[in-house]
Amino acid sequence: MSLKERIKECLEEDLLELTEFRGDLCVEVPKNRVLEVMSKLKKEAGFDFLSDVFGVDNLDLYAAKAKKAKKKTGEEEEEEPKKKEPPPPRFEVMYLLLSLSTNERLQVKVRVPEDDMDVPSVTGIWRSATWPEREAFDMFGFRFKGHPNLRRLLMWDEFEDHPLRKDYPLEGKGEERHLNYDTV
Amino acid sequence: MNFQAIQGEGWLLTKAEQLINWGRSRSPWPFPYGTACCGIELMCALASGYDMARFGAERVAFTPRQCDVLIEAGTITKKMVPVLKRIYAQMAEPKWVIAVGACACTGGVFRTYSTQQGIGSVIPVDIYIPGCPPRPEGILYALLKLIDKIEADHPLYKQRQKVVEALEAGK
Repeated sequence: MSLKERIKECLEEDLLELTEFRGDLCVEVPKNRVLEVMSKLKKEAGFDFLSDVFGVDNLDLYAAKAKKAKKKTGEEEEEEPKKKEPPPPRFEVMYLLLSLSTNERLQVKVRVPEDDMDVPSVTGIWRSATWPEREAFDMFGFRFKGHPNLRRLLMWDEFEDHPLRKDYPLEGKGEERHLNYDTV
Repeated sequence: MNFQAIQGEGWLLTKAEQLINWGRSRSPWPFPYGTACCGIELMCALASGYDMARFGAERVAFTPRQCDVLIEAGTITKKMVPVLKRIYAQMAEPKWVIAVGACACTGGVFRTYSTQQGIGSVIPVDIYIPGCPPRPEGILYALLKLIDKIEADHPLYKQRQKVVEALEAGK
C-alpha cells in the first residue's frame, strides 16, 4: 500500500486536502483536530520524528490572486453578481514529519485565520516541537495552546511585533533593546 | 619614544606621557569579540601565520577586565547590543575599540529589523576596518593604526583636565 493510500485510510474524514508535488505529499487538516490527527499519524502511520514547525503568511499571495481575478472578470463580463466568499485564512502552520523506520516524509498543513491565532501545541506528542513552536510564535504570533514555555525564541522578550508577517517592514519599526542588568 | 641618554652615567631622560604611551602602545591586549565570519579572519590574524603578537597583542584576554582593545569582529544583532555595551563597560581604562568588517561598521548587507546598523552608535569606536570580511592584513593594519593613535595620545593632560574640571565644578 502506498503512502498516499495509507494516509487516506489513517486520516479518513479529517483529511481536507491531499496534494502531491514532485513526490512530496502534503495534507491539510482542520485546526481543531490537530492533536487527534497528529497522534494518529504518529501511532498508526509511523511518523515518529517531527523535523520542523513553521508558519506561512499568505497576505500578498491572496492580494495578488484577487487582483488577477478582478482583472479577468473585468474584461469578460461584469453584470453577473459574484457571490461573496469569505476570505481564506491568512496564515498556515506547516508540520514536517519524518518516519525514521521507512524514511517517508509528510507535510501537514493547518490553516489559521488572523482573528483566531490559537493552535493546539503538539509538544505533548513530539517533545522536539517546543523550540520550533516558540520560533513560529515569535515570528508569526501563533498562540500554541498547551505549550510549556511559550516565550520568544529569536527576538528579545520586550519585542512586540511578529517580524515575519508580510505587513511588517523589513527594516523594522525602530525597536531597540535597552541595557537592563537584570536580564543581560 | 624620544629620550636622551646622559653620557656615561646610565640615565635616560624622557617625558612621562611618552613613557606611558610607550608602555600602552607596546601591549594592546585584545579582547576577541567574534560574532560572525570576521571572527575567523581575526583568529587567522592571531594565529602563527600572521601572528598579531609581533605587535604586542600578545595575550588574548578572554575576560573584559584584563584587556585593552575590544576587537568587535562580526554582526551585532539588536538583541546582542546590551551585551556589547555591558562588556565595554566592564573593560578597565584605558580602552579602545576596533570595528572589524562591514557588519560592525554599518550593518553591512543585513539592513533588517534585527541587525544593529553599525556599533558606532552604541559604543565609541576608534578604528573601522572595511571589508566583508577584511583580510588578516587589514586587521594587522588597523592594530598598527591604533598603536599610532595611542602614541599620539596625551594621557596625563587628559587626567589633569579631568581634575581641573572637577575642581571647578566643586567651587
